[in-house]
Amino acid sequence: MLQAGEWAYSEKLKEHFMNPKNILQGENTDEFDGVGMEGNLQCGDQMMVVIKVDKEKEVITDCQWKTYGCASAIASTSVLSEMVKGKTLDEAFHISPKEVAVELGGLPDNKIHCSVLGDKALRAAINDYYTRNGMADKVKKEQVKVICQCMNITDHDIEDAVLEGARTYFELQERTKLGTVCGQCKDEAEVLLEKFKHIHFGV
Amino acid sequence: MKVYFDHNATTPLHPEVKKEMIAAMEMFGNPSSMHAYGREARANVEDSRRKVADFIGAHDDEIIFVGSGSEANNTVLSLFVCATNQCVGGCGMRSTIITTKIEHPCVLETAECLVHRGANVKYLDVDRYGKIDLDQLQGMLGSDVGLVSVMMANNEIGTLQDIEAITKMVHESGAYMHTDAVQAVGKVPVDVRKLGVDFLTISGHKIYGPKGVGALFVKKGIPYCPLIRGGHQERGRRAGTENTLGILGLGRAVEMRALEMPAEEERMLILKNALRKGIEERIDDIYFNGHPTDALAGTLNVSFSGVEGESVLLYLDLEGIAVSTGSACASGSLDPSHVLLATGVNAEHAHGSIRISMGRESTIEEVDYLLEVLPRTIKKIRNMSTAYIKGGVHAASR
Repeated sequence: MLQAGEWAYSEKLKEHFMNPKNILQGENTDEFDGVGMEGNLQCGDQMMVVIKVDKEKEVITDCQWKTYGCASAIASTSVLSEMVKGKTLDEAFHISPKEVAVELGGLPDNKIHCSVLGDKALRAAINDYYTRNGMADKVKKEQVKVICQCMNITDHDIEDAVLEGARTYFELQERTKLGTVCGQCKDEAEVLLEKFKHIHFGV
Repeated sequence: MKVYFDHNATTPLHPEVKKEMIAAMEMFGNPSSMHAYGREARANVEDSRRKVADFIGAHDDEIIFVGSGSEANNTVLSLFVCATNQCVGGCGMRSTIITTKIEHPCVLETAECLVHRGANVKYLDVDRYGKIDLDQLQGMLGSDVGLVSVMMANNEIGTLQDIEAITKMVHESGAYMHTDAVQAVGKVPVDVRKLGVDFLTISGHKIYGPKGVGALFVKKGIPYCPLIRGGHQERGRRAGTENTLGILGLGRAVEMRALEMPAEEERMLILKNALRKGIEERIDDIYFNGHPTDALAGTLNVSFSGVEGESVLLYLDLEGIAVSTGSACASGSLDPSHVLLATGVNAEHAHGSIRISMGRESTIEEVDYLLEVLPRTIKKIRNMSTAYIKGGVHAASR
């Protein structure tokens, strides 16, 4: 059950939640140049982002979306869809969840992970556009590096754990089970922990 | 219109309780003091004890005032591991506790903690309506079981358990019986003698009393050991100067419950039936959680396909309606309600549930207002939901 005080949301976030911008109407995505879908209903959140692209300039002219998600997911994707219009594919690809959070006037720490999905879906849509237009070489594969060989934990898993609230190595271990077998990855994991804390929370 | 439909979370003070508490604001004496100030406070505390005892059919000296329902539940479970051979576990002879998968976290987390202190904990499953299976309980009971703790009414889905039948089985096996009756007391008749329980938990703020006060019933002659030590208060069973004002409020609250409860249950049922019917008529792809009949009259838990519960809660909040949700996002964790998952609903329905809990001041006008706002809220969310697009899980069924 919802605990009071856990959603100290900004006015801007409330506005985007109440009146979300650029929701894809209906089911048809044929008129769009790129479609990205991330997450699934079982996990409790899912996001779809579709884009139209000016092919000469490689600029995003329209961005629409749908989600099965909470208030933070709705508001952050609404803001994201406004932010990317007029941006080049490359610029849009590199918008970080933190920039979206800043644009929203801040997000409660435990809600940051809700906003990450819109970002991922946008990148998937951009990659989809490249693939459809014979530019598969431009598809930016998310670089994944396995940090903990024993438990098969990647740098992305560490980033997700930080977004979900892990702040210490112990908390990281609790969430991911990283480093619980041989422990050789501890130093590298701690460096990444600090890096993602800095990127997402400025600490 | 402002509508408060979250009575299972907490209730507003009953006007009579508020009146009496305000009138008593000047009473500051310590009930342990022998002088007039102390005697006045003592008289009020004992008066409340009598009222609480009367309300559940107990003796005065079987009532211990505590700080919350959570404290009462912690106290009972902690009786299980005690350095003396007076403990409920019989000094390790009976090292198993049985509880259910749908208890409040204050029971579940305490039980988990006791495992580190040598206890063995077994969890009863529930069926799709939230009822435990007496045959499963019978199978778990044995000479190793010291304590069984089963909540009387569930806070999320309202399902009531047959505590009388459960207690009978538990006592036949030689174990002690506790029920967390925080959501039941004041909503359904509770008589500790009829139920036969050894321990029963009551909370003040769920029944229009103040927060920060609860009561624990401990049957005479049952092994007991305080959780909070260092004072002779509550006959040495709970140290700490009494929360006199809170205790006074709790006493008045149960008094008012005794007066109002009989007529209220029927009215609550009428409201709930109107709500259930209205939701069924106006919204497709819904799923009601909890037992259709053996449940709290004021509690309705419903899941909406393709919709995430926290967004429903917040859209309703913006329209002045307060409900709660079993959605994971609202709690900050990734797992949705443990209660709903225990009833076997799929993850999507667990994520997409809201709990509507009505109370004594709820009206049919409020139900009508919710029925006006809810359909367009669900429609709005479904319009932006991926669950309703091509290839989505619900697209085909439309």
